[in-house]
Amino acid sequence: MNFDFSDEQKQIKDQARRFLSEKCTTRTVRKLYDGGARYDAALWKQIAEMGWTGTAIPEEFGGLGLGYLELCVVAEELGRALAPVPFSSTVYLFAEAVLAAGSEEQKRRLLSGVASGETIGCLARAEAPGAVLPKNMRTTLKGGKLSGTKIAVTDGMDAHYAVVLARASEEGGERGLQLALADLNGAGVTRKPVASIDPSRGACDIVFDGADAEPLGKTGEGWQTANRVLDRAAVLLAFEQVGGADVCLAMAKEYAMTRYAFGRRIASFQAIKHKLADMYILNELARSNAYYGAWALSTNARELPLAAAAARIAATQAFDYAAKENTQTHGGIGFTWEADCHFYYKRSRQLGLALGPQRVWKDRLVSELELSNAA
Amino acid sequence: MDFEDSPEEAAFRAEVRAWLDANAKPKVRREAGDPLDERSDPDLMAKARAWQKIKADKGYARITWPKGMGGIGGTPMQSIIFGQEESKYDVPAGAPFAIGLGMCIPTLMAYCGDEVKQRYVRPAVEGSEIWCQLFSEPAGGSDVAALKTRAVKDGGGWTINGSKIWTTGAQFSDYGLLLARTDPTVPKHKGLTMFYLSMKTPGVEVRPIKQASGASGFNEIFFTDVKIPDSQRVGDVGQGWQVALTTLMHERLAVGGGQGGGIDVPQLLQLARGLELEDGPAIRNAAVREKIADWYVRSAGLKYTTLRTMTALSRGQQPGPEASIAKVVVASKLQDLCGFAMELEGEAGVETGPDAPMQGIFQTGWLSAPGLRIAGGTDEILRNIIAERVLGLPGDIRVDKDVPFNEVPTGR
Repeated sequence: MNFDFSDEQKQIKDQARRFLSEKCTTRTVRKLYDGGARYDAALWKQIAEMGWTGTAIPEEFGGLGLGYLELCVVAEELGRALAPVPFSSTVYLFAEAVLAAGSEEQKRRLLSGVASGETIGCLARAEAPGAVLPKNMRTTLKGGKLSGTKIAVTDGMDAHYAVVLARASEEGGERGLQLALADLNGAGVTRKPVASIDPSRGACDIVFDGADAEPLGKTGEGWQTANRVLDRAAVLLAFEQVGGADVCLAMAKEYAMTRYAFGRRIASFQAIKHKLADMYILNELARSNAYYGAWALSTNARELPLAAAAARIAATQAFDYAAKENTQTHGGIGFTWEADCHFYYKRSRQLGLALGPQRVWKDRLVSELELSNAA
Repeated sequence: MDFEDSPEEAAFRAEVRAWLDANAKPKVRREAGDPLDERSDPDLMAKARAWQKIKADKGYARITWPKGMGGIGGTPMQSIIFGQEESKYDVPAGAPFAIGLGMCIPTLMAYCGDEVKQRYVRPAVEGSEIWCQLFSEPAGGSDVAALKTRAVKDGGGWTINGSKIWTTGAQFSDYGLLLARTDPTVPKHKGLTMFYLSMKTPGVEVRPIKQASGASGFNEIFFTDVKIPDSQRVGDVGQGWQVALTTLMHERLAVGGGQGGGIDVPQLLQLARGLELEDGPAIRNAAVREKIADWYVRSAGLKYTTLRTMTALSRGQQPGPEASIAKVVVASKLQDLCGFAMELEGEAGVETGPDAPMQGIFQTGWLSAPGLRIAGGTDEILRNIIAERVLGLPGDIRVDKDVPFNEVPTGR
């Protein structure tokens, strides 16, 4: 039995933790909360110099060609540090979409920029609140021109490229859908920043009005490719969520051990002890599901959609619980702007919604169970 | 990262399989039932003893124990591999021997002389003598050290009076490990002493407890002027609590098979597929799908947590504390999942037994679940254990800690 990361992978993780504990403290996050930039450009540059953005990108396209297990351990550390950089949009979504659907030429043209950190990318799917479904996709790609509106695009303001889910033929449903690659600095693109629930992870609405765009993959495959990319991103994001949830537990513990009330440490009250035990339980369940997702991702296993959904749901639930109960454990001070608790509370929600809500992932999970059960 | 055996593990697995093929038949199907129903079946017990003897002779009865004591001096991983392979064969589960071999005998091995070990280890490992653990009492459940059963020095021996409760397997046990109070004038942890005794000693009476589920897995034991020699003392007088902690430490690592009696997401999925609700098939209902996903994530999380623990063992490392979450998750999941399944069945959900929907497995699970949430550490005690031993939070404030036991308030 070898269901754990290797010593080399753990070494990468330790290095990442050391680097981030120095370069990305909660003060780094707080700077973005207090206004100005949408991400920490200096940190982003250093992260790229460390090679993290190219961890899983093959060497032939300018990456390190390590693999997804290595990317998972980096993701966990980025999650612990609440790193305010466009890493997930660029690496988990944009690069994965290019790898999944791009031509040889597109991969060669686009991925080395991701690996070097010069290119920031994003994925644009939602057009309105509520369900993201093939029938709701109104953005069109016709004769190389993209038209329509995409909303709540994380890192959209700072991205150079967007992978856009669009309708490329008159055929309804999935069959007419297509992934399109748009240069966001080109003509016919208007971006409007929106206030994000997590000020350290900026988002925007994008209006395409006859903007130049090229197809990424075939018409009719856009929906499925996007879902495949989401599965992969779900595993990676689950590691960020697990990392964040573990920090919340550690914060709650530290506060409870030092805060006195009624003549004793509040950590000695069962109401607090049981709350923290529940956090631990959810965090371990999430970690174990994430590990299985990592295995499925790194081996391209048939079980990936099921493993990804389970990792996503468990990690979302764990981070949600840990973030809100960490704040609760801190009491009134936890609800102040000065305390760090709200960073995690907001990040947990941002990550929990970024790839679609639990409702959607639960439905996908059960669909996978039905398929595997029928086989 | 993979799920493969190391070459040594693979070789051991092959060896075990070959031996099992030669000595047992493969299992036909997995059964779902009441995990707390251990009604004594004389036939089953004879079969279990026979199988235990075969394993002991080969050294597979207690793989990590030394050769000649029913083991082969093997690793914890080899023990797990044997368990995994054995579970695929139609052999009696080792449940009647688990408490003796997992807790009582290791305690004797730690605290008794060679004569006692020579006499008791081999018969226990071969299944010819069964042991039970006599710790819990009506007045000492979660707070075991509050027990009241008295052992009074009586010439060269001891006289025991009192009662024990929730004793698994006492009805078919030959011996018991008994924790008793020898000095009520000192604080509760300091006045305890450990003994062992034959369950056939005059004055010992075993009465089965009928559980709320209708099954009987536990017993009440009454001791009336039971005389035992001082040679049956385990450890020093007044050292009983430390000895008991050794016993509890030896509780088997909860690796492998679930404790939910085989009732989990696959069964709920099966029910949902065959059931019509107000708005169509249950399996298409969004609320049903959300619940299935929630419980699947928990079951899968536990499954992969077990694999993480096994990985540590396989690498020769000490497993992390993550294994401690299993029971608290399993027991409440069983209760919630079964309750929800009955809710889906609607008015028919009141029907139990083999003719009920899905042979009544959800009703059976729901009836046994309250016991699972209590037995072997309540949900609340398990959360305390996680908080204190895993997270390092302070122990509870114990108002009875320094008070002589006979002055501790009892509420009656």
